[in-house]
Amino acid sequence: MAADNTFIQEYSIKGWDFTRAGEASCEIKNILKQIGVSQDVIRRVAIASYEAEMNVVMYARQGTMRCEIDTTKIKITIEDEGPGIADIDQAMQEGFSTATPEMREMGFGAGMGLPNIKRNSDGCEVTSVVGKGTKVAMSFNL
Amino acid sequence: MTLAEVKETLQAELLTQDSDLSLEVHSACASDMMSDVLAFTRPECLIITGLANQQTLRTVEIADALAVLFVRGKRPDQDMIAVANAKKIPLLATNFCMYDACGLLFNKGLCGVTEQVRKILGKDGCR
Repeated sequence: MAADNTFIQEYSIKGWDFTRAGEASCEIKNILKQIGVSQDVIRRVAIASYEAEMNVVMYARQGTMRCEIDTTKIKITIEDEGPGIADIDQAMQEGFSTATPEMREMGFGAGMGLPNIKRNSDGCEVTSVVGKGTKVAMSFNL
Repeated sequence: MTLAEVKETLQAELLTQDSDLSLEVHSACASDMMSDVLAFTRPECLIITGLANQQTLRTVEIADALAVLFVRGKRPDQDMIAVANAKKIPLLATNFCMYDACGLLFNKGLCGVTEQVRKILGKDGCR
């Protein structure tokens, strides 16, 4: 815990590393279990962070996932170096996907990634610069 | 429905070791797309899929699912089965196609996650 009682943990995510894909989200899930967060919140955090982590694995060269927990909320911020998203509103629509056949073979590309993040979080902001990368900041109330 | 009933209904093979087949699933979610599973699944459900890779196990962990049933004769490799054994995730496999597997389980009272269907069928239809 930091001096202001905020717990901070950061994970690095490597692009196209499907063996480790999801490890960061599982670690965050375990931390939340250990500190006694309710099962419903844990599940929502896990699903949203996993979707964001998989987006980095599938689309970006690399990225980081930062988890901040204080007494009132959990904040998860995922930033990547990747192609970026040209039309964020379109990407937020259920069913819209730019996944390649290889990504679909891995079980992704249903067009539910960003919508899943939005529906499971209490706050979600997506910002992106084409050619540079994407930042997804989500929060969950405790 | 217990995992033993799922296994018997679908003439399925248990791929993992020492799995507790008396565990009960109360709903099922069938898809080859893991994001769909994450969007629509409930905790302690049975995931029915033809996707036999590590992401299926991750999805079980993330979504608090109970077990996986592979359909269409799909079989995970030994590495994946070892991971499932370590994480105590029961894996079943049937040669039935997804539609038939779902139909047979539904017929025995294992419903999906659509609230309206549960309301229409009531407690007698969805055990």
